[in-house]
Amino acid sequence: MAETITIDGRDIPFEPGQTIMEAARAAGLYIEHLCYNPQYQPHGSCKLCSVVVDDQMQTACTMPAKAGQQVESASPRMKSRREALTEMIFAEGNHYCPFCTKSGNCDLQALAYHLGMHHNSFNHRYPVREIDASHPDLVLDHDRCIFCGLCVRASRDRDGKNVFAMAGRGKATRLVVNTDSGLLGDSDISQDDAAAHVCPVGAIMPKRGAYTTPIGQRYFDDHAIDEVDNASGKL
Amino acid sequence: MEVFRRGDLLAAVHSAVERHGAGPHCALQVCRHVQEHFSCVPADAIPVIARQLGTTTGHIVSLVSFYSFLHEAPRGRYDLYLSDSITDHMLGSRGLLNRLCLGLGVVAGEPRLDGRVTVAPTSCTGLCDQGPAGLVNGRPLTRLNEQRIDHLVQLVEAATPLDQWPRDYFQVDSPIHRRDLLLSSAMPHGTGLRALADSSPGELIQQLETAGLNGRGGAGFPTASKWRMCREAAGDTRYVVCNADEGEPGTFKDRVLLAEYADEVIEGMTLCGRAIGAEKGFIYLRAEYAWLESHLEWVLERRRGDELLGSNVLGATDWHFDIEIQLGAGAYICGEESALIESLEGKRGTPRNRPPYPVTSGYFGKPTVVNNVETFFAAAHIAARGGDWFAAAGNGMGTKLHSVSGDCARPGIYEFPVNTPVGDIVEAAGGMNALAVQVAGAAGELLLAQEFDAAIDLKRRKTSGSFMIFGPDRDLFRTTANFTRFFAHETCGFCAPCRTGTQLARSVVERMAAGRAFGRDREAVDRLIDVTPVLSHCGLGAAALNPLRDLRDKCPQRYEQLFSEDDDNVLHFDLEQELSEIRNITGETGERERG
Repeated sequence: MAETITIDGRDIPFEPGQTIMEAARAAGLYIEHLCYNPQYQPHGSCKLCSVVVDDQMQTACTMPAKAGQQVESASPRMKSRREALTEMIFAEGNHYCPFCTKSGNCDLQALAYHLGMHHNSFNHRYPVREIDASHPDLVLDHDRCIFCGLCVRASRDRDGKNVFAMAGRGKATRLVVNTDSGLLGDSDISQDDAAAHVCPVGAIMPKRGAYTTPIGQRYFDDHAIDEVDNASGKL
Repeated sequence: MEVFRRGDLLAAVHSAVERHGAGPHCALQVCRHVQEHFSCVPADAIPVIARQLGTTTGHIVSLVSFYSFLHEAPRGRYDLYLSDSITDHMLGSRGLLNRLCLGLGVVAGEPRLDGRVTVAPTSCTGLCDQGPAGLVNGRPLTRLNEQRIDHLVQLVEAATPLDQWPRDYFQVDSPIHRRDLLLSSAMPHGTGLRALADSSPGELIQQLETAGLNGRGGAGFPTASKWRMCREAAGDTRYVVCNADEGEPGTFKDRVLLAEYADEVIEGMTLCGRAIGAEKGFIYLRAEYAWLESHLEWVLERRRGDELLGSNVLGATDWHFDIEIQLGAGAYICGEESALIESLEGKRGTPRNRPPYPVTSGYFGKPTVVNNVETFFAAAHIAARGGDWFAAAGNGMGTKLHSVSGDCARPGIYEFPVNTPVGDIVEAAGGMNALAVQVAGAAGELLLAQEFDAAIDLKRRKTSGSFMIFGPDRDLFRTTANFTRFFAHETCGFCAPCRTGTQLARSVVERMAAGRAFGRDREAVDRLIDVTPVLSHCGLGAAALNPLRDLRDKCPQRYEQLFSEDDDNVLHFDLEQELSEIRNITGETGERERG
């Protein structure tokens, strides 16, 4: 008999060494997230997977599961906080869903639908950020970056190229490229790399091929993010 | 862009690497060193540094763009900062900053075209007891006033070397107005070490437990437990780190301890090293206190000569412990222990995911004790005099140092027993008719006069030691706005709720200040208070909304005044804000409209 934790009243078994997120996923239970991806080391920065573990707030993606833990995840107050946090993330960058080439395939957008976010009550910041189109096959659009660090991890840990780093502080946080010029075109990233495809939003996108999938056939036209997460599909 | 000769860049990087080492973990100190040559870390130097240290350009860029005192573009030969802390504001520092900028013909934050001077505001410089304060090329400037500012302008224009400036401009006093157990008893050097040599590490940790000592940096974790956990953690190498990154606005007791009682602090670290089994310690000194470095180096060297530090402490062949000073580079977040460790490892100061905690996985993954300056100071005294001696005060928890500033007759250091009511400290400092006190700095809480019976017990009410008094004529919204801007400036940017929440809070505060806050801003504040503190990664985000929360909950009348009559049909379009960017470019200054 495996040991269990309790998430929202449901007993969830776990293997030793698993995090709360891993245990939940294995049991088919969705916990919202953006910076987490099961193929990479957890980062714990988007905080969308925050859960209350025995009266303490923790991120499910970093917190080791321990027998008997009482976890609160999908309560009204946690749902409402996640919804507000999603609005805050939208307000920080420049996310133009209606004409974004990632629309329909974007985790942030899908998450917003999933959480029932219909408008943004926070003032948008409209930061001025530059686009790096120096690479022949990829475009780096800083407007949409949410600083989840997935490309940093994918390039370093999967591709073995270490193309990206996170720099700046506070509102000036930014993704940088490990080249003398700072340009993506001078790096050795290729369109076949994991880092070229891992972006949950539209910050790293392939060149050409935009708007080729008709509305209705895009990934999230057929899937909700909470089912995707547990299926083998998108991730 | 400034052009530097390649030969100069190479030479500077080589000398930096020679001095600080060639690994990636030396990157922060190397950047500091290179900047001493060029007043910035030139873009052309970044690939050179990266190659020399065997790291990436992104790593170096990440440092230069993170730390406030590392610069991407050259500064003036006189690099002047004035403290932006609320108590300095109350002493007129904003007016002085404008006067200085006007006198020198500079825009704040930008070097003058001739490269002579830069003037900029900066976070609290830890000189609140003798403000308005600032820094010039890393040296402290105290008791600034209009005459001094005007003279400063003359000195800079005449290119007078700093050594020829009036010495009293740089004078930093250590005003101690109340001494209790710790500050009233002199401790001959080595007393604590000899006491430990006669007993055992287990006995020392037991004495700390008896003493009731908990961490004096603000979090209040029991010191004995921390040392014991680190001692028992698996690992072959252990480290002791002294957190001298005293960045909480309004705190300066660590500055006084390092200036006047460095021996006891270092002795506390040496004791910790013996207790946990570490042979290496670091003092992480905030950049604003770089002027204390040479004094600390001198004390370290003297103690090595006296066999109180280094190899064979007290002549014991199995007792080795030495200490290295590492300078920060301007980042409040590095006061958080795991961010501090990241910074020590030469990285951006972003707090780590916990667990694991530093006691099991700290500096380079090794068990590490990080304690505040005052904690080590107290530990040395407890080692020398015993736990009962300390526990006799403050309901079994000893005494605490408070840095008192703001509207009072005698700003300075006050040592009081733990559990002393706020009102007693206000009275001792001569805070006549005080309206409110901010305990524990920007991250702490606002206590109104009717709450002055509240005791600082270090359990429910914790403090790093910042104690700012506000007189009867103060507008507490200015305090709220100052702290909210502070957090927006200092958030590290790692986690979404803090990074976005502090920016949104600041934008609301700016609209409040301009009389342009509406009902939706009220709703935004309520939601931010619900989300940012509970979801944030570390204590900074947990505290970042305290100022707005306290104003909302404790000063409802003042809070309500900040909102304009709401009308859902009004398009909340701020013409001034929309035009500000183009006006900046054209140099046209718009009229400030008031709502």
